[in-house]
Amino acid sequence: MSETIDEGLRSELQKQGIWVTSMQELYNWGRKNSIWPLQFGLACCAIEMIATAASRYDLARFGGEVFRPSPRQADLMIVAGTVTKKMAPQIVRLYNQMPDPKYVISMGACAISGGPFKQGYNVLKGIDRYIPVDVYIPGCPPRPEALLHAFMELQRKIDGQKLSGPGQADFLKSNTPSEYPVPAFGAHDLEPPANPDLFHPPAIERA
Amino acid sequence: MESLEEIKARITQAIPAAQLEIIPNPGPANQPSLLLDHDQAAAVALFLRDDPELRFDFCSNVTGIDWLDRTVKKKVKVKKLVEGEEKEVEEMQEEFFPGCLEAVYHLYSMALKHGPLVVRLRTSDRAEGAPLPSLTLVWRSAEFQEREIYDLYGIHFDGHPDLRRILMWDEFTDFPMRKDYVEPDDYEYEPTPHDDVLEKAKQHYAPRPASDGAEGIAPQT
Repeated sequence: MSETIDEGLRSELQKQGIWVTSMQELYNWGRKNSIWPLQFGLACCAIEMIATAASRYDLARFGGEVFRPSPRQADLMIVAGTVTKKMAPQIVRLYNQMPDPKYVISMGACAISGGPFKQGYNVLKGIDRYIPVDVYIPGCPPRPEALLHAFMELQRKIDGQKLSGPGQADFLKSNTPSEYPVPAFGAHDLEPPANPDLFHPPAIERA
Repeated sequence: MESLEEIKARITQAIPAAQLEIIPNPGPANQPSLLLDHDQAAAVALFLRDDPELRFDFCSNVTGIDWLDRTVKKKVKVKKLVEGEEKEVEEMQEEFFPGCLEAVYHLYSMALKHGPLVVRLRTSDRAEGAPLPSLTLVWRSAEFQEREIYDLYGIHFDGHPDLRRILMWDEFTDFPMRKDYVEPDDYEYEPTPHDDVLEKAKQHYAPRPASDGAEGIAPQT
């Protein structure tokens, strides 16, 4: 573990040409620098996501340029755009098909809360009703810089995940689910309208 | 393009059974439209498409309207006997329009570069599955848009080749663009509610925490 190595000693050793590291550091370093996103877009946010991946903003600088067409090969789901109620079950199913460890970026106002369509009849009020979200990016749509910022935040999160001991990362624990129930099409709304095990909106008290 | 009156006159000449009505538009657009009857709608549509003077070969848009029952108050000048003399008196009259569902077609001619011609079809009432004749067989571009109207308003288009829901899922039973649609109650988290949303969000507010009894204790003297 990196905590057991004295930082000064390590720096001294490195000057002598000996590089000391831990399994956890090496593992997280590798993971955070090759995040492969799932290639799908839902609305205008996807255009910003495409711009981020293209040459001007160049997501490849962060190791995230390998957009995969299959959820089996993806580490990251970028929910880029408006999630309609008709699309939501497919999003959850794609999430379930991704192998652990997997991460979700909720990109833009629509994916966070429904955005300008929140009061509509056909838009899901936030993808966090059905799947856990790691990073939220506000904006309508967020600029590519914002997506890069979210990417860096995610890298920071991956870097801090522990492989063992107290505070072990959730995806390594056997009791945390890696799949979530897919909502069904109901007569008036999706059933259930939110996953009660996952979606805990803050209680609002008002007079 | 001919005026709507001329078009109407030529249609009645060609199809005597057709009952047509010109709906005026009092708004600034001043774009009157043509109301068709159900029986002859397809024949009139074919005439509009194939007549060499009109050739409305492009149906650019089909949309729906939900009209509730409404009464319109109008001021009308009426001649009346007032104190033995005949005078013109202004009188308020109420006119009742029963509710209906309406499909509106916007037609253009690519060949002759004119348009739009607005054509309307009205159901007899607002019942679910109220029928209208489909014009998909005349303009193929109306197919998806008539499906959309069926999906959102519940108008049943007779003769449509594939009348299914298009935007909402098949299991859905409501018609969201109708004025009496009640949306699902998922207002449990509204950080900044106002107006209607505030009223709906209030149903989900947690009750204030119960008092702990401290307010009943008098200060010791």
